[in-house]
Amino acid sequence: MMLSKGLKRKREEEEEEKEALAVDAWWLEPGHPAVAQAPPAVASSSLFDLSVLKLHHSLRQSEPDLRHLVLVVNTLRRIQASMAPAATLPPVPSPPTAPGIADNLLASSDAALSASMASLLEDLSHIEGLSQAPQPLVDEGPPGRPSGAAPPSLGALDLLGPATGCLLDDGLEGLFEDIDTSMYDSEFWAPVSEGHKPSPEDGPGKEEAPELDEAELDYLMDVLVGTQALERPPGPGR
Amino acid sequence: MIPGLGALTQDTLWCFSQVKGTIEIGATEDEMLLSLPALHLQTSEYHPLFQLPHGRLGPWCSPTGSPAPLSCETGCREGSWILVCRLLVPTQVSLLSMEEDIDTRKINNSFLRDHSYATEADIISTVEFNHTGELLATGDKGGRVVIFQREQESKNQVHRRGEYNVYSTFQSHEPEFDYLKSLEIEEKINKIRWLPQQNAAYFLLSTNDKTVKLWKVSERDKRPEGYNLKDEEGRLRDPATITTLRVPVLRPMDLMVEATPRRVFANAHTYHINSISVNSDYETYMSADDLRINLWNFEITNQSFNIVDIKPANMEELTEVITAAEFHPHHCNTFVYSSSKGTIRLCDMRASALCDRHTKFFEEPEDPSNRSFFSEIISSISDVKFSHSGRYIMTRDYLTVKVWDLNMENRPIETYQVHDYLRSKLCSLYENDCIFDKFECVWNGSDSVIMTGSYNNFFRMFDRNTKRDVTLEASRENSKPRAILKPRKVCVGGKRRKDEISVDSLDFSKKILHTAWHPSENIIAVAATNNLYIFQDKVN
Repeated sequence: MMLSKGLKRKREEEEEEKEALAVDAWWLEPGHPAVAQAPPAVASSSLFDLSVLKLHHSLRQSEPDLRHLVLVVNTLRRIQASMAPAATLPPVPSPPTAPGIADNLLASSDAALSASMASLLEDLSHIEGLSQAPQPLVDEGPPGRPSGAAPPSLGALDLLGPATGCLLDDGLEGLFEDIDTSMYDSEFWAPVSEGHKPSPEDGPGKEEAPELDEAELDYLMDVLVGTQALERPPGPGR
Repeated sequence: MIPGLGALTQDTLWCFSQVKGTIEIGATEDEMLLSLPALHLQTSEYHPLFQLPHGRLGPWCSPTGSPAPLSCETGCREGSWILVCRLLVPTQVSLLSMEEDIDTRKINNSFLRDHSYATEADIISTVEFNHTGELLATGDKGGRVVIFQREQESKNQVHRRGEYNVYSTFQSHEPEFDYLKSLEIEEKINKIRWLPQQNAAYFLLSTNDKTVKLWKVSERDKRPEGYNLKDEEGRLRDPATITTLRVPVLRPMDLMVEATPRRVFANAHTYHINSISVNSDYETYMSADDLRINLWNFEITNQSFNIVDIKPANMEELTEVITAAEFHPHHCNTFVYSSSKGTIRLCDMRASALCDRHTKFFEEPEDPSNRSFFSEIISSISDVKFSHSGRYIMTRDYLTVKVWDLNMENRPIETYQVHDYLRSKLCSLYENDCIFDKFECVWNGSDSVIMTGSYNNFFRMFDRNTKRDVTLEASRENSKPRAILKPRKVCVGGKRRKDEISVDSLDFSKKILHTAWHPSENIIAVAATNNLYIFQDKVN
């Protein structure tokens, strides 16, 4: 295929096709000759966001399509693996498009990335309602993860929201009755629940970001990083 | 013609034969109520036909022929004969007509639900010929099964081979609600598989996400008359009024086709069933969901054997699911199953009770030049089919169809590009979820040609001997009686020729996921959303 081999295009090619080449190239893995045309960090961020949206949308189904879920998660793993080197750099400058939560994800520490990934992957464990206590994750994540990896696994359950409580076995639901889930009805996740299709790269999700105040943003980052442990009494709802 | 021999080697020309289904919204149509043989169905409280989903009502025709609104409830109580078919006569759209010189275009819509527009429930979700090709079954998203039967060929119309007409319609699965998990179980028919015919009745398996059912479809053309204790309407007579005794006799009646559920195989799958396959011993069959495969005996519904289980102890470690499974056509101990990672495992049930360790493992190494974030998704196998000979298996992933020799595990012997022009569009297709579409693939009767669907209502055939391929389209515009299908071509860049279509003009909402090939003749059935197209090769 012309694209993957990075062949030069003819001069009389139309402008749109040149743009298409640039846009289409960014989903290739870094190191690929064709990727040199586009900044990988920004591109992977968009694909990462898209995949995260897909994952959440999939999980919010009453009975997730396991194949879809597994494929999205595996793709997310690949993306994360390719983004790992970039995450250790200083915060990535925001792209020309409107700054959004996703950029904060990128700008935050490596721990936050891996923790959010870990928590998302944890969601799989709740599909059939496994009754084991949240277990430390196997492998995943680039080196340099903090030792406090256990709390993020609990954060995953919170992120799912009350709708997925039905995925648990009956015995487990009682454990989580006292969790105040109103704090998770923030606008950050709103695009996921409202939109049935993942938004395009610069979708409405980012446009809603400016509406969140700083305090809410900090709180969300804390959740993602996993400083919010289940054992703590739930704070006042937001 | 010699069935299935060298299908594409002599430049087989495919012709439109029939199309079944609703026409698009916007076309005007008049309704005509006609009486057709073999479609009178006696009402009864248990008759599956009257368990209409969501209590839909419809104007059925009373026995006198005049249209009359009739609820299913009324029909059940009175037990009278009710006509359930109707013919829609559209004023536009070209379709097959019964005689050559007739202008009026008719659609045989007798099996439709009571609405004149297409709904999501009419989307066809599976198509399957039976072992002789006499019957063609379709399942749809609304849980209904429609069976077509090929009419007997008449001597005075030798140039036109038998057409398929509606034989039976029944509601196979209903939407269910799992109260324990607060989940709704879809009634969509995922797969239909026929059993080989062993007596006068036909048997098929149909499955939704959770439950497999064995249906018996049988004909009745005689009924007993002259009961002593019941009168002609079936009401009990007061014994005191009976003065004479008579012997009931069987009298001929209009042919009636009834479908009855003989077995219900439920509560064996936690995850969604994607495949069923009848074993060559005709005594057992298997059902596969995302993580497990169960073996059933047709006679036993409350037990099944689990023969494959790939569920990890810790669901966090889940990276692969089962996508399709099939029994070997001749060896009743052998089956294959495919995975979302593009691998195929062949298992022998004689080796152990739980076939977690495969006998053979088929996987092609990844091509490094094509590697991308989407490599795994496009390698996910959506369908696996044994050849009729049992020597080969065919797999379909997102962009290709591959033929594997059972004796060579490290790579396929043939790879066919279905729509390689999509390789540069994978990101968009990921965004709109099209990359997760599951296309099926089929062999022809002699295993010389394979067929699979694509987008824009295109479908592709590949001749394994001549290495030639063709792209055809299932569309109403090209559906004139016995019109020869013109090969289509997708233009990938540069100048677009007159008849070509550019990649960006493809309609990704029109996808052909389900196709079927007659077991011995060049007759194919192609499901395009809510329409079923039947094509035949040109008879000289």
